[in-house]
Amino acid sequence: MIGAALQALASHWRRHPLQLGTLLAGLALATALWSAVQAINAEARASYARAASQIGGATLDVLEAPGGPMSRARYVALRRAGWQLSPVLEGRTRLGEEQVTLLGLDPLTHPPLPAFEAAMQADQATLAQMLTQGGLLLASPELVSALKDVPGLPPLRASDSVPPGMVITDIGLAERLLARPDQIDRLLILPQQPMQLTPLDQLAPDLQRRASRAGADTARLTDSFHLNLTAFGLLSFAVGLFIVHGTVGLAFEQRRAMVRTLRALGLPVWLLAALMLAELLALALVGGLLGLGLGYLVAAALLPDVAATLRGLYGAPVAGGLSLRPSWIVGGLAMALIGTLAASAQALWRMLRMPLLAAPGLQAWAQRAAQGDRRMALAGLGLIAAGIAALALIKGLIGGFALIAGLMLGAALLLPPVLAALLGLGRHLTRGPLGEWLWADTRAQLPGIGLALMALLLALAANIGVGTMVSSFRLTFTGWLDQRLVSELYLTARDDAQGAEIARWLAPRSDAVLPIRAAEFTVQGNPVTVYGVVDHPTYRDNWPLLDRTPDAWAQVNAGQGVFINEQLARRADLWPGDVVQLAPGWVLPVAGVYSDYGNPTGQAITALPALLTHARAVPNRRFGVRIVPEAVPDLIEALRAKFDLPASALIDQAGLKSRSLAVFDKTFVVTGALNLLTLGVAGFAILTSLLTLWSLRLPQLAPVWALGLTRGRLARLELARSLLLATFTALLALPLGLALAWVLLAVINVQAFGWRLPMYLFPLDWLRLFLLALLAAGLAAALPARRLYRLPPSELLKVFANAR
Amino acid sequence: MAGLEMGANLVAQEAAMLQIEDVSKTYPGARPVLQGVSLHLDAGETLALTGESGSGKSTLLHLAGALDGFDSGEITLAGTRLSGLDDSGRAALRRGCVALVFQQFNLIPSLTVAQNLSFHARLAGRQDPAWIRDLTDRLGLGELGARYPEQLSGGQQQRVAIGRALAARPALLLADEPTGNLDETASDAVMDLMLELVRVSGTALFLVTHSERIAARLDRRAHLSGGRIA
Repeated sequence: MIGAALQALASHWRRHPLQLGTLLAGLALATALWSAVQAINAEARASYARAASQIGGATLDVLEAPGGPMSRARYVALRRAGWQLSPVLEGRTRLGEEQVTLLGLDPLTHPPLPAFEAAMQADQATLAQMLTQGGLLLASPELVSALKDVPGLPPLRASDSVPPGMVITDIGLAERLLARPDQIDRLLILPQQPMQLTPLDQLAPDLQRRASRAGADTARLTDSFHLNLTAFGLLSFAVGLFIVHGTVGLAFEQRRAMVRTLRALGLPVWLLAALMLAELLALALVGGLLGLGLGYLVAAALLPDVAATLRGLYGAPVAGGLSLRPSWIVGGLAMALIGTLAASAQALWRMLRMPLLAAPGLQAWAQRAAQGDRRMALAGLGLIAAGIAALALIKGLIGGFALIAGLMLGAALLLPPVLAALLGLGRHLTRGPLGEWLWADTRAQLPGIGLALMALLLALAANIGVGTMVSSFRLTFTGWLDQRLVSELYLTARDDAQGAEIARWLAPRSDAVLPIRAAEFTVQGNPVTVYGVVDHPTYRDNWPLLDRTPDAWAQVNAGQGVFINEQLARRADLWPGDVVQLAPGWVLPVAGVYSDYGNPTGQAITALPALLTHARAVPNRRFGVRIVPEAVPDLIEALRAKFDLPASALIDQAGLKSRSLAVFDKTFVVTGALNLLTLGVAGFAILTSLLTLWSLRLPQLAPVWALGLTRGRLARLELARSLLLATFTALLALPLGLALAWVLLAVINVQAFGWRLPMYLFPLDWLRLFLLALLAAGLAAALPARRLYRLPPSELLKVFANAR
Repeated sequence: MAGLEMGANLVAQEAAMLQIEDVSKTYPGARPVLQGVSLHLDAGETLALTGESGSGKSTLLHLAGALDGFDSGEITLAGTRLSGLDDSGRAALRRGCVALVFQQFNLIPSLTVAQNLSFHARLAGRQDPAWIRDLTDRLGLGELGARYPEQLSGGQQQRVAIGRALAARPALLLADEPTGNLDETASDAVMDLMLELVRVSGTALFLVTHSERIAARLDRRAHLSGGRIA
């Protein structure tokens, strides 16, 4: 009995291979984009975890000096007092053409590191070599191959355990490479300590003890980025499920007669339900596997750009390669199964509740959907209201995404009733039989193509919203760069001594030499970089202040006030007039808040003398040079000749701006790619809907053809109908997209990155997207229209056959 | 109306509204449906075509209505030879000269009864509101104008289909088992109406039916068997 029933059910798919293909394609696309995003996220998080384990002592407390590094003598004194500590020196430096994070450790006292252990297992002499004069640099295989031809470097050893972009070495060698002799950034407090030690707060009251957050900062900072990606993955998944929902709904309706017959022949309804469920799950498995394969390819293609984004935006170490994780496969298949069940539940439930003698009715399927318009409109309004309420009640990033979900899904549900109203209006305004028929028939088609149009609405709104956000960001960023990068030339000396020498040499040859000096502090438990500036009009005239006290610059230049960046202001809720403690005994009023795009961490600015009073060993290697722009090339030449500076140490304003913009643009490559993919899926949804509805269309078109319209004219009208619906959908997507952009700029960005951006409008981008939507809809409609145009009259006449 | 104006196809045949001469038709991969069929229908005349299922009745009706092409022979409709017409010419002829009534009614589901009634006439550019009002009254559809086809009974739907067909005052009405879906009472009522309206409008009627009783009510009858006129 089961075999016969299965054979009967499967015969539907044999008769409708296109429908089967559509169903599998919908499932595969939904799973693919979701899985691709998950693969990217998993790879990135694995890289953070690897980085955290390498940085070492992730579970150990750390001793730090507020305001800068401590001296080696300090470490020696604490060791002599009996404390078991391990010194760490860490900094960014350039090796050859590579910007790397150099981590200097003491191999004898540092807790075991996977990279050390792997190197030791491979070669017992590693430790000895690390301690000898020549030293040894441990790096990822990719970095080793990039550095192998750099002259003057110590021997390199590749280790898979070292995160990308990081070099681990002995602290002595790190001192030399970072040009920071006799300095230690932090001391790891080892777990095994002798009894009856003098407490650290007595031995070193000026040092701060804190639990290590190694890796946690990266994870926290990048959480918002991954949440954004996940939201996009979910959107694509939902768009794909629209295809599945539409196809399964139609397939079930077309099988009503068969189901009725099977039940009349004695097949129990529960068995029928089980067989149909099994059939759906088998299809979900096949579609899911196809989607996983496709998702892997998409992820592999996008991961290098994501890695570049994470490095550029957060300095997060992410490898560019993708590995196949069992959890990813299981997760992707589970999503495919859950998605299929969710998309099919309604159709399955309706089928099982169908009375045995109910007549099959394709028309009824469309009519039922139309009757649901009012319910859909109410549900849509309810979802939008729920989203707004969620933001008010939950707040934060989750509240923001809840608002986006409510807006998008609510608007999608509102689309069919709104389109129906517009088509009704068009019908009232039209004179002439063909026009009336076109509007009325288009209205009648809505239930069948509504889901695909919802997918198009979501894809277009996402494009407009994200596009407006990115373009607004870019415009703001460009203007901000003009304010921030005022100096005509920026240079970095090899060390402080050379820095001082260059500053002296430059003084008579330039309008001003502005030192760029900073030290690390901790504000409310978060790292903050405090810059010291000299009193110069360059800052007063250009610095992009968002909010300020009346005498802000006077306060800051006198060391009696501090500017903080927007991120710190929002995170710590500090605004002009508040006071901020930068270090024990160093409390300053906030004189202003400035925009600081692209920087994930807190930043502050005060007078240089004040900084030097509270921070030790503030490097003096970087300078901004004010000079007439025409003189910059000659000055660069002269500096190179005089001080033997590498090309990377001197960069003019234009070069720095173009480099910054390149990093910015790279950041949104992935967003753009996901946008396009989502739009592609929506276009595919329209195509599949039109093809699936093909069998329903002929009985509606044949009478009009018989009354005297050519097939060519009907085909053109079919094309026009799709373009009309796409036009309405695109026009409705515009306000939704702008609402999405506002939420992204005013809620999500503030929560995720700590800055709020002004919103600009880009009508030319909308026009381009509008044309793209019409092209997608036109292409999707072209295939069925061509089919109609070439359809033999005998096929159309079958509609009138008495045997139907 | 381009098809009607094609001079090469215009042949003065005042008497015969429809002239079918030695027409044959074979669908690809099937045996011949029609083999050398000839018959004619004068203006205002009514003709019943009977025959077994599969004898080719509907196919001949479709060919006469310029809905499909034939392999050999000639069909002349209102003086226009169909063999020389392209798709546009055939469509123009269907709009201007012919009207069709099918067993399945084949109304346009997205239009109201009133819109369905006037649709063909407006398409043909021959809307005559007084005639359509008259038709509506005679067909008893006055109360149903705002309804949609799905809200009507089978008999009501067929009355709308007949009204739609005659609203354009066609020269030839082609009807394929127009009462096949109706019970005897409804069938008689529909036939009474159709014959009366055909008479009033001076339209020729070419009707395909299985029913001897209905065939007997028309001016002439022809029987098709195995693709040939018996």
